[in-house]
Amino acid sequence: MLELHDGSLDVSNILDRWYKQERKSNYGAFIPFVGTIRDEDGIDGLSFDVYEPILESWFKNWQEKAHKKGAIIKMAHSRGDVMLHESSYIAAVFSPKRRVALEFIDEFVEDFKASAPIWKYDLKNTERIYAKDRSTAIAGSGILK
Amino acid sequence: MVRVEFLGPINKEPLELNISNLNELATILQGDEKMNQWLENSAVAVNDMMVSSRDTALKNGDKVSLLPPVCGG
Repeated sequence: MLELHDGSLDVSNILDRWYKQERKSNYGAFIPFVGTIRDEDGIDGLSFDVYEPILESWFKNWQEKAHKKGAIIKMAHSRGDVMLHESSYIAAVFSPKRRVALEFIDEFVEDFKASAPIWKYDLKNTERIYAKDRSTAIAGSGILK
Repeated sequence: MVRVEFLGPINKEPLELNISNLNELATILQGDEKMNQWLENSAVAVNDMMVSSRDTALKNGDKVSLLPPVCGG
């Protein structure tokens, strides 16, 4: 399940909903990761552009990997502006046993950071500034240079 | 015609080009000074599938997307 929301994520609602969806699915482990916007470098918040077609195929590929291990992944991400101390990203793995979920959430979130087609901007004094220094070129970049 | 889209912070209007492969697109974009900073760090997708070779053939109606460095979360 991949959800995109305009603005910040309602963490309590999303986690509660996901928990209720799966609590009788016989998963022994539910490992959520919640990303929260920190107050640093004088930012007022962050803003995100998302390219949905490739995000969906990237996520589908991960969901297939999870299924092979008897697990499932859920993910929610924001579009647009998210202010300080709000959440822009939630990922969760459900699996029969804890070890698969603990390892999978790590791999999934790391690849999300390196590959998911989402662009981050700092919101500062009404400006929207691309977070170039914190961004990662997708594997295989540069073929047109 | 092939439609070329520039995603995220590249902030450039889409192009409609008469090209038959990515080599031709590379030549066109290399002539655009504003694109220099993006060509070396952008990934390329054709019809929303990532590609790894500049020899990728293009046909009428294809969509090419340039994806600059990402940072979700």
